[in-house]
Amino acid sequence: MSAVEARPSSRAQHAASFASGLLFALGLALAGMTEPRKVIGFLDVFGRWDPSLMFVMVGGIAVNAAVWLLIKKRPTPVLSAKWLVPTRRDLDARLIVGSALFGLGWGLGGFCPGPGIVSLASGSMGPWVFVLAMLLGMRGVAAWEWSEAARQAGATVTASPSSRPGGA
Amino acid sequence: MTAWIEWGRALVGGALIGVSTSLFLALNGRVAGISGITGGLVVPVRGDVAWRAMFVAGLLVGGVLVALFAPRAFGPSTVPLSLVALAGVLVGVGTRLGNGCTSGHGVCGISRLSPRSIVATVTFVTTGMVSVLLSRAAQGGAR
Repeated sequence: MSAVEARPSSRAQHAASFASGLLFALGLALAGMTEPRKVIGFLDVFGRWDPSLMFVMVGGIAVNAAVWLLIKKRPTPVLSAKWLVPTRRDLDARLIVGSALFGLGWGLGGFCPGPGIVSLASGSMGPWVFVLAMLLGMRGVAAWEWSEAARQAGATVTASPSSRPGGA
Repeated sequence: MTAWIEWGRALVGGALIGVSTSLFLALNGRVAGISGITGGLVVPVRGDVAWRAMFVAGLLVGGVLVALFAPRAFGPSTVPLSLVALAGVLVGVGTRLGNGCTSGHGVCGISRLSPRSIVATVTFVTTGMVSVLLSRAAQGGAR
């Protein structure tokens, strides 16, 4: 987003970001998502299954889908100059491998990113270890992407003199 | 009977999450995906940091309010810290590769009928179930 677009209402946008984060945290706590045992109970379909987290998704999706139907025809969001909603529709291996790894970690620890961050205030060590490890994992993927990009850029540079037909 | 109370609480909490993400979408035009918002702080891009920091600040302040007024909403970790660390790395790597987590794909993406989010959600719920099954087996079926 360019500075020109952001400037007129950026303070209001930041207030909206803060308020959304705050409400999100309260919603997670009310929903039981900050209790790893409940999350694991939801995923424990072959054991003592606790379906309550299904209702979290139902509640979240119902409100979100209704609001999205109401507002998506608007040319712009209320405080911003344009919609910044993901538009990709293709499926790739990266999406599936990534989601699969996420699920393994989610089931192992009972934390997904939001509840992990909100639970930092709980005073126990678990959420701190979880969030620091998560940030390291994210950083690791970025480092891998940068090295891949650099490697490909290097390959392009060495390849370019021959692959430039009649260049100069 | 208590199950109904739990389910009602989950439904209301989920609806509150829906209000939060809808508000964010309607006002700022963005998807409230926690892994994406946080990832943009770990790997910052100039001019794209402040709104993320404000959202995370909201999450943290919300956490403090919960700790003050409803501390019992925080449950203890169920596994040793070494496994919590492994879980964190898997969640960090997985959400970064898969472009989202339970909020961005599971709530926001499914609401917009995004095929990527539907596939992602089915995938992570499935491997989450497998993960729980495996840890149960590793613990010798103790519960």
